[in-house]
Amino acid sequence: MQYALVILLLPLLNFLVTGLMDTRWKARVAGTISTVAIAVITLLSYVTAYEYFTTRFQDGSYQAFIPFELNWLRFTDTLQVKLGLLLDPISVMMLVVVTTVSLMVHLYSLSYMKGERGFERYYAFLSLFTFSMLGLVVATNIFQMYIFWELVGVSSYLLIGFYYTRPAAVAAAKKAFIVTRFADLFFLAGILLLSYYTQTFDFTALTSGDGRMFGTIGSLTFMGGSVLSWAMALIFIGGAGKSALFPLHIWLPDAMEGPTPVSALIHAATMVVAGVYLVARLFPVYAVQTPEVLHGIAYTGLFTALFSAVIACVQTDIKRVLAFSTISQIGFMMVGLGVSGYGAHEGLGYMASLFHLFTHAMFKALLFLGAGSVIHAVHSNSMDDMGQLRKRMPVTHLTFLVACLAIAGIPPFSGFFSKDEILAAAFHFSPPVGWILSGIAGLTAFYMFRLYYNIFWNDKPPTSRHAEHPVHESPALMTLPLIVLALITLVAGFIPFGRFVTSDRGLYTISLDWQVAASSILIALAGIGLATVLYRRNNDKPARLKLKFAGLHEAATHRFYIDEIYLFLTKKVVFNSISRPLAWFDRHIVDGFMNLLATVSNRVSVRIKGIQSGHIQQYAWVFLFATLAIAGILLFVV
Amino acid sequence: MGESILTASQAYIPLEAYILVSLIMFFAGVYGFLVRRSVLLMLISVELMLNAADLNFAAINRYLYPEHSEGFFFALFTIAIAACETAVAIAIFINAYRNLQSVKVNSISTLKE
Amino acid sequence: MAQQVVFIILSLVIAFFSVMAVNSKHVIRSTVYLLFVFLATAGLYLLLGYYYLFGVQVAVYAGGIMILFIFAIFLTNKPIDYETTKLPVSKIIAALTAVGGIALSAHVVYYNIRRVATLGPIADLNPQQLGHVMLGTEKYNYLLAFETLSVLLLACVVGAITVARKR
Repeated sequence: MQYALVILLLPLLNFLVTGLMDTRWKARVAGTISTVAIAVITLLSYVTAYEYFTTRFQDGSYQAFIPFELNWLRFTDTLQVKLGLLLDPISVMMLVVVTTVSLMVHLYSLSYMKGERGFERYYAFLSLFTFSMLGLVVATNIFQMYIFWELVGVSSYLLIGFYYTRPAAVAAAKKAFIVTRFADLFFLAGILLLSYYTQTFDFTALTSGDGRMFGTIGSLTFMGGSVLSWAMALIFIGGAGKSALFPLHIWLPDAMEGPTPVSALIHAATMVVAGVYLVARLFPVYAVQTPEVLHGIAYTGLFTALFSAVIACVQTDIKRVLAFSTISQIGFMMVGLGVSGYGAHEGLGYMASLFHLFTHAMFKALLFLGAGSVIHAVHSNSMDDMGQLRKRMPVTHLTFLVACLAIAGIPPFSGFFSKDEILAAAFHFSPPVGWILSGIAGLTAFYMFRLYYNIFWNDKPPTSRHAEHPVHESPALMTLPLIVLALITLVAGFIPFGRFVTSDRGLYTISLDWQVAASSILIALAGIGLATVLYRRNNDKPARLKLKFAGLHEAATHRFYIDEIYLFLTKKVVFNSISRPLAWFDRHIVDGFMNLLATVSNRVSVRIKGIQSGHIQQYAWVFLFATLAIAGILLFVV
Repeated sequence: MGESILTASQAYIPLEAYILVSLIMFFAGVYGFLVRRSVLLMLISVELMLNAADLNFAAINRYLYPEHSEGFFFALFTIAIAACETAVAIAIFINAYRNLQSVKVNSISTLKE
Repeated sequence: MAQQVVFIILSLVIAFFSVMAVNSKHVIRSTVYLLFVFLATAGLYLLLGYYYLFGVQVAVYAGGIMILFIFAIFLTNKPIDYETTKLPVSKIIAALTAVGGIALSAHVVYYNIRRVATLGPIADLNPQQLGHVMLGTEKYNYLLAFETLSVLLLACVVGAITVARKR
């Protein structure tokens, strides 16, 4: 499977080609080249996946396989940084997800971004992102993962700030970069702690189940927890930053300033699940060595899911609704991982979480692309400007509905199966967690259908915008990816996922827990029903409800003031008490010292400038006297 | 051929005498280099200094290490190098004179910028 | 005795004309005085028994370099070109420095060299030996220096032509 390397190198090459391409070339050329490249690597990933899952099953489990590895930095005999490709069930699964969604987004963007300034730049960045994300998922060691982790951060920054003339986009890009970078600081600290004590970066070594390497690190304690727990918690914080878990979620809603296909690719399907992938990657360590950290992950995920689902219910910008929905769903995945145990049947949550990652990537990309299609037609992000679109945009409407049903958890759509597994695992872990999660699933159904009805049904008075731009269906290049993704969403639930991805790489047969399934379907139907009553037709019920829960509504609209708290913390507390004194010190003491040096040398050089006169005889005088003086000193003094 | 003549009388001329002569020549060169404004005269001074060095090489070689000939060859090579140096220097002077209409050293100071 | 007389005469010639060469107002006169210094030095080489060096000194210095100087003077100077700037103070200081330098060096020479000076038998290298030493590759042979010098001479020829030619 040496060809797997091509999957990684082709996007990089493509990034260089399109990035360095002469802008006088037709923008379309860049788009076509990139799309073809992505199509090729998508095919290659499918081939890789097929070959991996058919040939690498030995002794009751899938064997990890490293087709290529390069020794890059050698610190000690055991501690080396390598670059390579690691193929195992989750990385192969991620390869398929990333390339599929990326291909769809590339196709979709050909039409969506048509005529934009910087079209080829957009494609170059997309390729860079694809390269980085693929590098992240196939990383053989945690350090390589960290490198690509930062690279996806950079490409995310570049793409959020794609419309660099818009101040909001620039601010959002900065915010995303700074917040994730802040989290990555903890990630790095965790990596260093872990590798310092275990003397290895390799995932294969770390997850081999060999507990000996954790002997020293497990017995050391720091502030009440073992050093290993601290390291793993720090690594999780890095993942939480990328995956926008509370309280590091603040960048994701703002990241919606980027082009919509980018939101679909990066901020819904692939990059934001990197945190989930990271925890899944190190899962044996979490589950066996530090279960307490894993439980922390579960509760963080649970709170994030609840918190952002509530906010999603009141947002009016459709992309922000989807953004909060994404945060909420990532919370689901984290809960799935957190409640899971290690082993064949204990690992239900793990399997469910990655299954949900897979299905969510598909239907959330579909939702974003559908939203992009709507925005493309209406030229607005706000649901107040929409309504009654189901007749005018039939394809978008149908595919969007499929995705909504999937995320709401209605069978036979894919989301039902994966979410149901997570719920089952949660009930198995602790019933209260299960019930809360079921409630959140209901909320999910409610806010998704609120969104759906507001876009496609609600007969609000048409705004003036409508009259000027007659709304019609998007071109075929945009609807094709929607249809493909909708088909995937329809059938993905029937994939026997447990035969491919499990916590111990063995086989696991999914069996629906009908009790859980029935209750979750009922809750989802209740959520949909409520949304239907409130939003199907234009009425005053939502307004009255809003008045009744004025306080809660206000708080949720302002996203529970988390951004304000951050602003207060950074601007008022950090700036005033730390940055300002430091800035004063820097400006007056450090710079002052430098200025003093500069002034002194300036004055001195003005004085001694005359020596450098260009008159050779002056030099000769100096030379002669110096020679004589030295000779005299050597002779008579020394 | 001249061995019989020289061996008898050589002892009467001490080494210091040669060195004194070369010293005078050398410091005359130093003086000229320091005070003359014409680059040609400065070059002449340099030649004087080189010549003094040659004489020293030869004399010291003859007196202190008569069985060797390093000083002799050094003097020989120095003469060749002096010829090179003079040729290039004079070429530069001619060029400078063409551009500046002068061979005064004070006028040739633009290289400092 | 005759050697001493010759030496004294040559020394006086060198001393006198060196000083004159650097003090003369006319450049052409300086050049002629320089010629005398070179010839007298050649005479000293003869006195030391270095006949070959004598020949080279006369041919290269008194012959070649002198011609170069004379050409240069013809090409650059106006017919009568005096020193235009006179700075007696700097002249006096330079003279004092030169005399001081002579004194210092003479002091060193007097207290160090006199006592170790011995005189060996004189035997000049004949041209055959000279050729062997110049082009030999053994110890105390100078093939490398010789070849380097030939390259240097070539470079000088090229350089001189490049620098001096009219554009």
